[in-house]
Amino acid sequence: MATTATGMAVPGVRARGGFGRAALPYLLSLPALIVCIGILVPFGTAIWYSLQRYNLNLPMLRGFVWFEQYTLLFQSAAFWNTVKVSLLYTFLTVGIELLLGLGIALLLRRSSWLNNALSIALLLPLMVAPAIAALMWKLMTHPDFGIFSYLIGLFGVENFRWASDPSTALLTVVLVDVWVYTPFIMILLLAGLRSLPRQPFEAAELDGVPASFVFFRITLPMLMPYILTAALFRMLDSIQQFDIVYAMTQGGPGNATLVFQVQAYLDFFKNFNVGRSAAMLLVLWLIAHLLSQQFIKQWLRLRERAHGGGA
Amino acid sequence: MYGKERELFAAFARGQLDRRELFRRAGKLGLGAAAASYLLNEASTRALAADFDWQANKGKTVNLLLNKHPYTDAMIANLDNFKQMTGMDVKYDVFPEDVYFDKVGAALSSGSEQYDAFMTGAYQTWQYGPAGWIVDLNEFISDSSKTNPNYNWEDILPNLRASTSWSGVPFAPLGGDGAKQWAIPWGFELNSIAYNRKYFDDLGIQLAKNLPELVEQAKKITDAGKGYYGIGVRGSRSWATIHPGYLSAFANYGASDFTVADGKGKASMNSAAGKEMTALWVKMIQESGPKNWATYTWYNVGTDLGAGASAMIYDADILGYFMNGGDNKEKGNIAYAAFTANPAATAPTPNVWIWSLAMSNHSPQKDAAWAFMQWASGTEHGLFGARQMDFVNPVRASVWKDEAFRTRIGKSYPGYLEQFDASAPGSKIYFTPQPLFEAVTTQWAATLQQMVANEVPVDEGLDQLAASVDDQLQQAGLG
Repeated sequence: MATTATGMAVPGVRARGGFGRAALPYLLSLPALIVCIGILVPFGTAIWYSLQRYNLNLPMLRGFVWFEQYTLLFQSAAFWNTVKVSLLYTFLTVGIELLLGLGIALLLRRSSWLNNALSIALLLPLMVAPAIAALMWKLMTHPDFGIFSYLIGLFGVENFRWASDPSTALLTVVLVDVWVYTPFIMILLLAGLRSLPRQPFEAAELDGVPASFVFFRITLPMLMPYILTAALFRMLDSIQQFDIVYAMTQGGPGNATLVFQVQAYLDFFKNFNVGRSAAMLLVLWLIAHLLSQQFIKQWLRLRERAHGGGA
Repeated sequence: MYGKERELFAAFARGQLDRRELFRRAGKLGLGAAAASYLLNEASTRALAADFDWQANKGKTVNLLLNKHPYTDAMIANLDNFKQMTGMDVKYDVFPEDVYFDKVGAALSSGSEQYDAFMTGAYQTWQYGPAGWIVDLNEFISDSSKTNPNYNWEDILPNLRASTSWSGVPFAPLGGDGAKQWAIPWGFELNSIAYNRKYFDDLGIQLAKNLPELVEQAKKITDAGKGYYGIGVRGSRSWATIHPGYLSAFANYGASDFTVADGKGKASMNSAAGKEMTALWVKMIQESGPKNWATYTWYNVGTDLGAGASAMIYDADILGYFMNGGDNKEKGNIAYAAFTANPAATAPTPNVWIWSLAMSNHSPQKDAAWAFMQWASGTEHGLFGARQMDFVNPVRASVWKDEAFRTRIGKSYPGYLEQFDASAPGSKIYFTPQPLFEAVTTQWAATLQQMVANEVPVDEGLDQLAASVDDQLQQAGLG
């Protein structure tokens, strides 16, 4: 119950104010709760489906089978090929993009008219829808009239079949990914580089420290939180890659580029095997979760070190 | 305005004049070919409306999901007649074939009411039908209150009607006992050879008579180094790679996808005949196929022939037909031939693809959807499409007999009708109907890709494929 300035009780007012005050924390967290439910319901549904034999065009066979879908997956050589291809794709794309993104960010580190213009121009691939980028690359790597086929032909490489050959298909889709997403890493690291304190670099310059020492002992450690953040984002995206691979190869030739999302997509939308598709996606979630845990652990360790804790 | 002219065409539609007389009188009235065609189509539509209440669904809007295809173009070109006759509106989304069936699968599996009717192939109904996503159209065809008495269902070629009906029992024959009519045939294609006559004349060669000869011939063409390659066939990781030339030749060698005993299926792609044929096919692609064969779809195979990048294709007959017209560089140079792949066989056995119209079970206005479907698959639209557009191959016997259509095809597409007549008797769907169609054929295409890339020998590849398919059948309780 509320009181007036003279201390008199005003019936009802206190109750409303008290209820409002008490409910406020719950009201503030309500949007988060709703979002959380919005995330958990589909996740729970996927788990539920993954425990069933559920094929849309064989409705009479639908039934609860516990972990049979997972057992069948783990016994399948095709599944392990998908794990291998997905991880390889992820490590190659993230690794190459980090190296290139860091290199470009270092080149553009100093703020100047030209560097600023270049950093904007280099962002253009990021604005192209990945599926469209894949179609562009499909044309550019056409063995008969593609510009890249022509260019490597100048170096004596004839009949290079890019995405049409199992031995080079993964490399080709990785190249498209690198073209699209390197600017993302570049812009994050460029922002990181430009926000680093100047003093350590000025001190190193005064002391005549070699550039390699500055890079490996000052720049890189200070930039590491940014690198880890960029790598985490890209890793999560790469392991769930779909559009570039599907538009370019549909998972082929053979199973050379059959990553998780493409296989799960084919299982659901082509084969209508909901149970298997859900199980596949949950395994993907588990792998992404484990990998991101490792990244976050590293990031926290670095942050602790930066704040003076740890060894 | 046009009173006399309209009456003239109405008299023809009533059967009071024959075609020759119609055009003689139209000439006297000073009508050009375009105006005559327009008035003829309009009169046919009015005649169609005479015996049936086409206005029963007036004011409704039918929503269609369509594939980017000349059949779709022909329908859209004639759509105003349907709207005028019925008072209905039609809206449609058109998608290229690469993603079309993904869109259909997503729309149907989500239970969406967005589309009332859509284009499909017969193979896809083996998945959509048992899932309960499409309507058994027998209930409409046999209902005289819903179907125009002049619809003439029997006029649609019998094997096409049978091929689009199935009981839903895995491995049971198409059109057999208890078959449901899952779709209405709309247009179809047989698989044969289309080749560039100019190139063949330049090289002084005649088309090969069977697959072993074709493999040699395609290699010779490629090796000639004239800037075009030997033979175009599809190669993407999809069912679409298996069904045209490959399955036609496979069947001609006496091979089949499954053997069926006691209602259970067993994969038989790895039979001796299947291996012999597949080895030749793989060799042909390796030596003289397109360089990026593993990404080749129907569009790529066709445009290469039309652009003069390939000397021949073993694919749908209508693909060669389309490439002989329009703005294609090789327009007028394409020739056609029925193809008997097996040297020991006496006739071709082309696998058939049937573009059909199906009705979504989720449609809230099935009567309106059926009104559209019966118009689109009716004789009048069939004649319009066959005479004036590229609505070939027609599914109706009456359209095949149409003098104007035959004259046009015979004149502009020499050899096409002869190819069709030679191919048709042995043509049918050579796949065994079963609900795992997509999974099996996609894996089959992936295995072909591995064999062409020399990742696995043909014998071993087909054995592995058959074993994997048998596993899938057992898991699904079908094997």
